Amino acid sequence: MTKGLKIIFAAASFALAGSAFAETLAPDDVEIVDMEVTASLTGKPGDATIGRETFADRKKGNCLACHVNADLSDQLFHGEVGPPLDGVGDRWTAQELRAIVIDSKEVFGEQTIMPGFYTMNVGINVAEKHKGQTILSAQDVEDVVAYLTTLSE
Amino acid sequence: MAKIYKTGVLLAGLLTAGMSSAALAGGPVDEKLVIDDELEIITRTAAPEGHPLDEVISGWHYRTEETRALEADSFQNPGMLYVERGEEIWNTVEGDAGKSCASCHGDGEEFLKGIGANYPKWNADANKPFNLELQVDQCREENMQAKPYKFDAADQKALVTYIKHQSIGMPVEIDLSQGEMQEWWKKGEETYYTRTGQLNLACATCHEDYNGNYIRADHLSQGNVNGFPTYRLKQSAMVSLHNRFRGCIRDTRAEFPAAFSDELMALEVYVTWRGTGLSVETPAVRQ
Ligand code: HEC
Ligand code: HEC
Repeated sequence: MTKGLKIIFAAASFALAGSAFAETLAPDDVEIVDMEVTASLTGKPGDATIGRETFADRKKGNCLACHVNADLSDQLFHGEVGPPLDGVGDRWTAQELRAIVIDSKEVFGEQTIMPGFYTMNVGINVAEKHKGQTILSAQDVEDVVAYLTTLSE
Repeated sequence: MAKIYKTGVLLAGLLTAGMSSAALAGGPVDEKLVIDDELEIITRTAAPEGHPLDEVISGWHYRTEETRALEADSFQNPGMLYVERGEEIWNTVEGDAGKSCASCHGDGEEFLKGIGANYPKWNADANKPFNLELQVDQCREENMQAKPYKFDAADQKALVTYIKHQSIGMPVEIDLSQGEMQEWWKKGEETYYTRTGQLNLACATCHEDYNGNYIRADHLSQGNVNGFPTYRLKQSAMVSLHNRFRGCIRDTRAEFPAAFSDELMALEVYVTWRGTGLSVETPAVRQ
């Protein structure tokens, strides 16, 4: 193989890696404009059925810690720190819901208690095992958003 | 139309946050704590000057009827066993000097009355505030020639429970005029409002803004410290204050400071002040 060809190959695989990376938006590259994130973080639609599980899972969304949600009335102990999410899909668009889940502080203000689930805008002294990580993955966010849009009254 | 509605929802959310506990369903119960039908405990009182809330309320008000009843009956309160054990330790000789606490201080019930209600206290030699654990360790090292306790050793918790219990019913009041207490208070206040961890929460986010609300199965209180060490039913054991602090910080998914570190001592000074005027409840019973 000639030197020139090697360089072309390297460049090609770099470009491939680059485009694969661009499909999932890194937390710091997400732009919240007018309380909206317009496009899917992964370029793929979310799965509402999986999103429902992620929403309830204490190790993932644990959204029930703060929100009542009648659709999950089979689960015990819904918190009351945030508003009930019944009908939330009627009140907000998917683009707005995506922004709320990604970084609620960009929508509700710095003072909100609601954690940002896909942001590096976090508190100090993050525990070693969570350092540099978001609470949810990009696909988790899309799944939860897909689920939220199904909540209508 | 949609936009107006959303603004309404948003406003309602922000209002709830601002109003904190006031009008919410699960707020503090309207009951009185009287232990063994004779000792009245101050569980609600006007907040000290400069306090962000109007009223300070003991964690007792946020617990279930069963848990509240356990604290109101000293025969049923499992924490009382630790008080008994603490009295034994008070009278037991340990260390190379051949002394017990009682050798220097005499009868515990007499000597200790009121002391626990006024800690943490400025310690001029150490040039920092001392809580009871640090004071006990100083006595052990200097006067008894015994080793300091390991953090959360069973005997440390029992002895501190005994000492605090001798002030039961007396209002908490700490002296911020001594030494540099004011600066430590200030440092503690900063910590109280600093958001930590991946969940990005401060003490104030949960205990000031949302006390009276359920967060999943937990009914948030103001996070006052007048009942510590506290008997926790979940753990079937006494829980020390610094253990509780570390647990709450860990729950924000943050690294937590060492027990008795300057950071947690400052927090203890500040949070103790926030509960000024509440009676000492040790051993309180919590879920
Ligand atoms: C620690 C508390 C907390 C957690 C956990 C939490 N939220 Fe929230 N959420 C709030 C609060 C409080 C508000 C209202 C805005 C405010 O007051 O800051 C809110 C608002 C919302 C709203 C807007 C509701 C409306 O009717 O306007 C949505 C949607 C939402 N949250 C979704 C979620 C989802 C999805 C999760 C989990 C992935 C979640 N929240 C986890 C506290 C929380
Ligand atoms: C994610 C929410 C949350 C945060 C943040 C938090 N706590 Fe707590 N804390 C709780 C819960 C839940 C309990 C148990 C129920 C109760 O008493 O509020 C508790 C209990 C306590 C108690 C025991 C109260 C009693 O009556 O026995 C103290 C003291 C306390 N917290 C102090 C703090 C301090 C200081 C901080 C900050 C370093 C803090 N908490 C941060 C949720 C939190």
